[in-house]
Amino acid sequence: MSDIEIVLNGESRRVPGPSTVAGLLRHLGLDPRTVVVELNRQIVRRAQLEQTALASGDSVELVHFVGGG
Amino acid sequence: MTSTLSALIGTDEPLTIGGRSFRSRLMVGTGKYRDHGVMSRAIGASGAEVVTVAVRRVDLDRTKEEGMLYHLSSDDYFLLANTAGCYTADEAVRYARLAREAGFNEFIKLEVIGDRETLLPDTEGLLAAARILAKEGFAVLAYTNDDLITALRLEDAGCAAVMPLASPIGSGLGLINPYGIRTIKRRLSVPVIVDAGVGTASDACLTMEQGVDGILMNTALAEASDPVAMATAMRLAVEAGRLALLAGRMPRREVAMPSSPTGGMLR
Repeated sequence: MSDIEIVLNGESRRVPGPSTVAGLLRHLGLDPRTVVVELNRQIVRRAQLEQTALASGDSVELVHFVGGG
Repeated sequence: MTSTLSALIGTDEPLTIGGRSFRSRLMVGTGKYRDHGVMSRAIGASGAEVVTVAVRRVDLDRTKEEGMLYHLSSDDYFLLANTAGCYTADEAVRYARLAREAGFNEFIKLEVIGDRETLLPDTEGLLAAARILAKEGFAVLAYTNDDLITALRLEDAGCAAVMPLASPIGSGLGLINPYGIRTIKRRLSVPVIVDAGVGTASDACLTMEQGVDGILMNTALAEASDPVAMATAMRLAVEAGRLALLAGRMPRREVAMPSSPTGGMLR
């Protein structure tokens, strides 16, 4: 077990590894039903979150709905 | 009075966009409210079913409030995601795909902005993004200016609705070009929803009287001193404008015409 360094929402961040996208969401305390994930510019479907591995250098975007017009 | 109005409006056709029907012709945004309680009450008072949201990064420090889904139930409202803040077609397509992945619907309010001061649309980027998204099965509601040619091209691109502005986003300047909006409505087959610029109830009423299918507004409610009261006013104004249109206004005349009999006068 060793940390991996990823770019999370534009900022470098060390997270516990090895991990999956679902593991990252658990680590951050985020409900996967309210978040959409992009890994290296590719959307990760909810059904694939558990199977999608994270590696050092990966770029992850986590987005959700906020107020807007 | 309210029940009479409801009955009259009830005879109107529902607003149908991309195969989905809505009773209310007023759509509202969720931005810029001072708190979520006021927002929820204002949206409730507006009677809107379609409620817009934006797509943004999750704040991982949680210094701000959590996402909109904690405050608005997707059981109560039809969530229409936008691509606000996007300045290129590629960016807008990326945001639209992310929004669809949230899993609520295939609708996207497409914005491709061309200028930071006026927030007027980049019509070239808008058309490019609309073509891509329509092909991918999105129901595209395209925010555009009051130009007929762009509106026609958006319809040709497969948009489910075209959303010309009344005036710039957040300006509250009201309906600047009624002729342009009327012309777009007359020439398009898809629904025309006026988006942006409405400031107060009379703007909404006048806009609906042009014959458009609906109005989307945000700042007019969020920045009113009393957003709940303004939302009620807007609901009534949209209904009043729609009813006046359906009622068929009297002709305009350049000269007076007496309302009382001209005969029977004392000699």
